[in-house]
Order: sequence, then C-alpha cells, then structure tokens
Amino acid sequence: MSDLLAALTLQAGYNAALVAIGAALLGFAAGAAGTFLFLRKRALVSDAVAHATLPGVGLAFILMVALGGDGRSLLGLLAGSAVTAGVGLLLVEWIARRTRLAEDAAIGAVLSVFFGIGVVLLTVIQTMSSGRQAGLESFLLGSTAGMLYLDAVVIAVGGALSVLAVWVLRRPMTLVSFDPDYAAACGYDVRRIDLAMMALVMAVTVIGLKIVGLILIVAMLIVPPVTARFWTERAGRVIWIAAGLGAVSGYVGAAVSASAPALPTGPIIVLTATALFLLSLLFAPARGVLAAVLRHRRFQRRVHRRQGLLALARGELIHDPLTLSVLRRAGLIRADGVATEAGRAQAAKAARDEHRWEIARLVNQDTALTGRYDGLTPIERVFTADQIAEFDRHLGPPRPVAGDAAGA
Amino acid sequence: MHAEFVQLSLTPILIGIFASVACALPGNFLILRRQALIGDAISHVVLPGIVVAFLLTGGVASMAMMLGAAGAAVLAVLLIEAVKRLGRIEPGAAMGVVFTSMFAGGVLLLEQSDTSSVHLDVQHALMGNLESLIWFKAKGWHSLADPAALAALPDELPRMALVCLVVVALTVIFWRPLKISTFDEGFARAIGLPVAAIGFGLVVTAAVAAVAAFDAVGSIIVIAMFICPPAAARLMTNRLEAQVLWSVGFAVLAAVLGYVFAGYGPLWFGGAEAVSAAGMIAAVSGLILGLACLFGPCRARVGQGRDPAEA
Amino acid sequence: MTPTMTTAARLAGLPAGLDLAAADGEALHPEAAAESPLSIRGLTVSYGEKPAVFSVDATFPDGALSAIIGPNGAGKSTLLKAALGIIPRLSGEVSVFGRPIDAARARIAYVPQRASVDWDFPTSVLDVVSMGLYRRLGLLRRMRSEERAHALACLERVGMTDFADRQIGQLSGGQQQRVFLARALAQGADLYLLDEPFAGVDAATERAIIEVLKSLRAEGRAVVCVHHDLSTVESYFDHVFLINVRRIAEGPVASTFTAGNLQATYGGRLAAGHIEQLRLGGGTA
Ligand SMILES: Nc1ncnc2c1ncn2[C@@H]1O[C@H](COP(=O)(O)OP(=O)(O)O)[C@@H](O)[C@H]1O
Ligand SMILES: [Mg+2]
Repeated sequence: MSDLLAALTLQAGYNAALVAIGAALLGFAAGAAGTFLFLRKRALVSDAVAHATLPGVGLAFILMVALGGDGRSLLGLLAGSAVTAGVGLLLVEWIARRTRLAEDAAIGAVLSVFFGIGVVLLTVIQTMSSGRQAGLESFLLGSTAGMLYLDAVVIAVGGALSVLAVWVLRRPMTLVSFDPDYAAACGYDVRRIDLAMMALVMAVTVIGLKIVGLILIVAMLIVPPVTARFWTERAGRVIWIAAGLGAVSGYVGAAVSASAPALPTGPIIVLTATALFLLSLLFAPARGVLAAVLRHRRFQRRVHRRQGLLALARGELIHDPLTLSVLRRAGLIRADGVATEAGRAQAAKAARDEHRWEIARLVNQDTALTGRYDGLTPIERVFTADQIAEFDRHLGPPRPVAGDAAGA
Repeated sequence: MHAEFVQLSLTPILIGIFASVACALPGNFLILRRQALIGDAISHVVLPGIVVAFLLTGGVASMAMMLGAAGAAVLAVLLIEAVKRLGRIEPGAAMGVVFTSMFAGGVLLLEQSDTSSVHLDVQHALMGNLESLIWFKAKGWHSLADPAALAALPDELPRMALVCLVVVALTVIFWRPLKISTFDEGFARAIGLPVAAIGFGLVVTAAVAAVAAFDAVGSIIVIAMFICPPAAARLMTNRLEAQVLWSVGFAVLAAVLGYVFAGYGPLWFGGAEAVSAAGMIAAVSGLILGLACLFGPCRARVGQGRDPAEA
Repeated sequence: MTPTMTTAARLAGLPAGLDLAAADGEALHPEAAAESPLSIRGLTVSYGEKPAVFSVDATFPDGALSAIIGPNGAGKSTLLKAALGIIPRLSGEVSVFGRPIDAARARIAYVPQRASVDWDFPTSVLDVVSMGLYRRLGLLRRMRSEERAHALACLERVGMTDFADRQIGQLSGGQQQRVFLARALAQGADLYLLDEPFAGVDAATERAIIEVLKSLRAEGRAVVCVHHDLSTVESYFDHVFLINVRRIAEGPVASTFTAGNLQATYGGRLAAGHIEQLRLGGGTA
C-alpha cells in the first residue's frame, strides 16, 4: 500500500515519475483527440491507425540497422511508426471515398493487412543477426519495465507537446466536432482541421506505443470520450471531461503499475478508464442506465394512467393489467374495478382536456402550439388560462363520469 | 521434394484455405451489414478467452482453449449490444470500449498468473504460427491413404475442415433469411423473420470461425480473412451469389499465395528463412483488395448508399 | 357494472354538435372488429418520452381502399410500424383478421415509406421481388419456373418487367417504389399496408400504383395506405382514418372526409388552406 502511495505521489523513482506524468499528459491529449473521433462516429479509425504502426516499427528498425545503428532508438522507431500509421490512415480515407466499401470495411482491411505486414517484418528481423533481442514485440502490449531514462523523457515531452496541440486547437476542434457546417460557415477550413486532428490522433498513438502498446492505445482514444458523453450534453465540455478522465486514467494506471510487479501499465491504464466508464454507464444522472430505467417506468405509468382515465371517461372496460394496477394504486379505482370519487373526477378532467385539445385545433391558428399535443402534455402547459377559458366556452359546462368502467 | 511438400506444406496450406473460407463466408454479410469490425472485436477477445480457460483448467488442452475463446467472443458480442443499447452509444465506439477492456483484462490476468512456464504466449495468439502445423508422419502423397499417418495429422486440420464445412452448410441453409434481413430489415421483421436471432447467429458463426482459425493464423490476421476477400469480391459484381463465390475464390487464392510467398519468397530474394505465413496471407489478401479497389468492375457506389441515420 | 350507466357516461362525455372521434369507433360492434383485416385498440407508441401515437383505436374495413391521413409527424408511419411489430409498442393490442399479428403474418404485405434499405446492395430487381415468395419457399426449396413466372407477373403488374435484371440502386425513386410494391404483390397477401406509396413519385408511377391498388380491391383484398395528398383522397379511397397523435375521425370518405374533421386533424391555418383548395362541404367550426 505504501508502495502505491509512493507511486501516486511520484516518489517511486525518477523514471516512474516521468512515466506517470507522461501517461497523464498522454491520457489528456488522447481524451481530447478521441472526442473528436467519437463525435464524428469514427472511433475505430484509431484502431486502424494503431495497428498500422507495426510495419513502421519494423521498417524503421531494419533501416536503422542498415545505416549502422543498433536499431533500438525509441525516437527512430516512433518516427517509422508514424509514417506507416499515416499511410494507413490515408488508405482508409481513400478506400471509403473512392470505392463503394464503407469506412468500417476499410478500417478492418487496413488494420489487419498492415498488422500482417508488420508480423512478416518481425519475422524478417528475427532472422537478422542484430534482431534477436530487438524486443520490438513490446510495442504490441507496451512495457515500462526497465525503461531507459531517455525513453521516459521522450514520452513525457511527447505528452506535453500533445497537450499543447490540444490547447492550440481547442476552438476549431470543438466547433468542427459538433457542427462541421457551422464551422465552415465561420470561415474555418474544416478539411485542414480534420487533418490536424488526425495528426494529433496519430501523435498520441505513436507516443503511447511504448507505454500501452498498439492494441490498447485505442482504448485511451475511445473510452474517455464515451465516458464523458454520459455527463454532459454541452458541446465544449465533452472534450475537457474526456481529457480529464484520460489524464486520471493515465496517471493512476501508470502509478499503480509502478507500485508492484506483474501489473502491466497498459492494461491497468485501460482498466482504470473502463472502471470510470462502467460507473458512468450505470449511475450518470441523466444518461445513465439506472436513471433511464426509472424514467421509463415513470413514463410508462403516466401513459397507462392517462389511458386508463380516458377509458373510464368513455365507460370502456379496461383489460390491461398494468393500467388496472396503476389506477388501483393511485386510488382511482377500487379493487373491484369501480372508479372511486377521485377517479371519476380525474377521468372527467382528462376527457375534458381531450375535448379542449380538439377545440384548440379547431379555433387556434397556431399549429406550433396545437402540434405539441402528445396525449400527455397538460393543456395548461401549452395554452394560457384565457385561451383555455375560451375553449371552454365552445365546450359547454363540465359533465360527470360514471364509476363502473373497469372490468376484471 | 513431394514428400517434403506433403510433410511440411500440405497441411498448413489446407488449414489456411479452410480458415480463409470459413471467415470469408460470414464476412460477406458482416460487410453488407456495416458490421465488418465485429470481426475485429471478436478476434481481439480471443486472448482473454484462452487466458481464462487456462486459469480455470490449469492446462493448455485445445478444447478448453477453444471453448474459452468462443465464450469470450459471445460475451463480447452481448456486451457490445448491451453498451450500445443501454448507453445509446454508436456501434464503433461500443465495440472499442468492450474489446479493449476485455483485452486489457486478459493481459493483466496473464501477467498475474504464472503462465511463463507453459506454452501460452501472447505473440502466438496474436500472430499465429501456421508453419508449425506440419504432418510429421507423412512420407509422400501415398500417406493420404495410410491410416497410421492420417491419424497423426495435426488436430487443427480436421477441426478447421469441420468448422469450414459447418459454416458452408449454415450459409447455404440460411441463405434466404440472411439475404433478406441484411437487405431490408424492416421487411424481414414484417414477414416474421426473427431478425435479432439471425443477426446474433451470424455473429456467433463468425466467432466460431475466428476461434477455430486463430490458433493457426493468429487473432489479428483473422480480421484480414473476414474482410479482405469479401470486400474485394464486393467490387467485382452486383449479385450477392456471385459475390460470395468471388470471395471464396479470393480467400483460397490468398491462402495459397500467402503461404507460398512466405515459404519460398525469401529464397527468391536470397534469404535463408521463411517469414510468417499468416502475416503473408494477410498481406496478399490486402494486395488482392488493393487491385480490386483500383480495377474492380463494380468498384463505384450505386444508388444513395445506406442512410447512416437509419442504419 | 350496469350497461345503462356506461352508455350514459359515454354520451355525457361527448360534446354536442361536433363530429368528433369517439363516436364512430364506439358505434362499431365487437364482431365487426373481429373480422376486420386490421383492428387496433389502445395503441400507444413513444420515442423517448414523447408519444408519437397515443391510445389509438382503429378498425379498417375489408375489401376496401383505406387512407391514413394526418399532418407531418402525426404518427402515421409509426402507427403502421407498431401495428406490424416493427417497432415496440408501449401499450395496446393489434389483431389481423381477428387473430394476433404473429399468427397472421402470411396474410399481410407491407411497403415501407422510402424503404431504409442499402441501395448499393448486390441484388437485382427480380431478386427483390422474389423475396416476397420467402414464406412460400422456406429455407431451401429452389424457385420453380412457375414461381419465377409469378414474380415476373408481379413485376409486369407494376410495369417494371424491362428492369428485371437491373441492380436495385440503378432505378429512380418511383421505380424503386414500384419494385417494392411488386414484392408485396408476390407475397399474395390479403391485407396490404403501404406507407406513402405516392410520395415523391412521378405521375406515371402514381397511375400505375393506384391501378394496382384498385385491382387488389377488385379481388376483395384490403388496402391501407398512409396518404398525404388531400386532393386525391376522394378519387382514390373508400375509407379514411384521420390521425394526429390520437384518432380524430374514422369512417367512409363521404361522411368522414369533411372540412370539420380536417380542421380538427390539421389545426390552424394549414388546414384552412387545404380545405379551401378542396372546396369540401361539411361543418366548419
Ligand atoms: N426513429 C425515431 N426516433 C425518434 N422520433 C421519431 C422516430 N420516428 C419518428 N419519430 C417522431 O415521431 C413522430 C411521428 O413520426 P411519423 O410516424 O414518422 O410521422 P408521419 O409518418 O405521420 O409523418 C414525429 O414527431 C417524429 O419526429
Ligand atoms: Mg411517415
């Protein structure tokens, strides 16, 4: 436990602290950039980008060895991965635009084919004399154990630069993600902003390779934005909430992972983000599952109550068991199905409101108002007391409702 | 030469062909339903599936592994559906959340348990090892008639052949409902087809194919088999029947050429050792798709395409 | 539980002098509803928290052309889809020829409003029409030559024979609409439900479609169309059902398609414009 505390307070060693800060910065940038993809319904484009880094890593290694290096320079490998990731991204867009194939097919094709080529290159590297201990497989799942100081610096600096890019792009990014047409009308070059955002996604992916690996980096781009969406309907906020969630996941994940052995960084970061997602899915106030279930039950009961009252008013038999139980619980009918005093009064009111609506459609010229009829909205909420009084003049005095409507 | 071919190459090629075809058939419908990436999701959760199976049984019996992987695939499909519905999240993002989370769980479990001593490595699951599936006992073509030698065929071959056969049979039997519900879901519902069950059945079939294939070709490359041959076939014709036949042809072609290039290609370039056959199959299927994108006779869109709001 | 009290209450609930909805439905005998090709009771359907159709009763007559009429967003399409079980309903019952919908699917054919299909789908026009034969063919039986001939005959009825081998996306909107009608014809149903079959089609298609619908009526089948063009209601249809979230009125065109009912359905100036165009009689408010 004290190990965990030490790690969370950045006292678990210089490298670990750098990695934790780097992961937090990276998570922040990933959350923001991922929001852009998510809102444009292109979340899984990031999956293609991520898998397309593998051949780049292999090619960069081969190239660096051919040029006489030992091939393991992180910066070089990341540069290589960025190149093929970019090519993969362009191919996805080209296929989706130029052929009848949809984007999802293009994504799947690019990610699997590039990964396949990457695997081929890895087997080629294994046959090279200098390739036996290349350790390029660590890019699949990421690994921070025994990370070099220089690598940690690359990650921290890269993370900081991505956050800076998010800050610079924040305004066009918000506009373009929520309303590209409006952004274009405001004079932004949507195509260029799109490109800048995809470049940011690529940068995040590439920087994240060493920490979380190419398979899980996708999670940092997808999970925080999806989680953030549960907490707000407001445009600009999703981005910052997602960035915050990403930063928390990155930081906590990296720190927890540094605190004990056998806690791989990538999975811990992702699972932290997943935990936040699950909490939001279940308990978020407006969009959460719990709230939605309660709301739906309330709504269904409202509908059945209203339908039951109208049936009472028309003297029809009610068969629907839910309607009967709703009316009974509200004390509007007795156990034997006969309407109570209150039930008769409310039924009369419901029937009268229906008739008021009918009159409203006949005499009121404003279809925006009469169009708000949906069977449930109280007429008092749409029309003023004066208007309702006028409808009542057409309607004549109220009439009572008899009480024996509900059948067994 | 012949003896060597039968011993070293025949079984991997056949397994590659069966795997490609078994994946390509459901792939046709997944692509038309805009669900191509369900293959992506399914194949990523194979790893957590086998890890859990290993932890539960303590062994690496392939049956347990297969069941674990299949269970994980079905669970993933259900979770994706749940997240999509409950959270009102678009399918791509829902898939992304579910499969990455399950994958992360799998890797964590793997690290936590002491699996280093046994043969259960992540790379194998991700990348496959087609060329290791050789037929030791074969001495030449005549071994095909030798019961003793046949008994020593790698398990993967009959298993993959059986799965391929089942997938073919399912495709033939449910052809009409699949076609109708893929083309016009509202109509399918109106004539009383169990649309949800058909969709689920399709995805489960894909999952079974993926699980059977991952052992040989690895779980990521399976995605290429799901998507590339049908996608290329999509660009060759405007008839579903013809498209499916094209996709089978492309699948076989990719499997054979991929294996040959991997095994013999490096020799042509003066290399000494073969490269990953599974990776090469994916690369060749990508090449086929690329050519179809450039030259396929029906590569352009017809009609308005599916309205994304209604899909 | 005395019937007299019930009747009294019902009558008391009705305002005098307006031909309002409740009257017609109530007057129907239960037996009539049982034989009706499509009878709906207490149907409520909601998207989110706003009901699109609220507590609607409807009874459509057999061997007749019926129109469902109402302003945009009145819930016409929703009514059809919920009746067919394509979208879930919050409450209510639907019966088709006196039986639950699932027992009567073979007798219904449905043509959606601008089918939400993938127009790029690899399938030919004749293929689409053959989908209407699914219930007859089942899973495996191959199409015999007489079934192929039947599918072609259905195409012939909508005047699309020349296009049998075209890819479905290569047709114009009106032609696509005709193909979907041909698919419905191939089903050989007794009840046809069509959602705005005339919306956005050319005059030739409109004529072709109404001829087909009239021939269906002549064969004694029931046809229910969602319809938006008020000027053709009287020449095309026998029966109308007016809806605006709730049922407004229902009955024979002559007695129900009145200015008063249209006003009650459309409300406001919108209706006034329509009604003037139509020069209909009947009690205005
Ligand atoms: N899939 C849907 N999701 C949410 N609201 C919908 C959906 N379909 C229809 N609605 C709403 O329900 C109401 C009725 O729609 P609809 O039945 O299509 O009307 P109509 O066919 O009469 O024009 C409209 O207000 C419409 O906006
Ligand atoms: Mg409509």
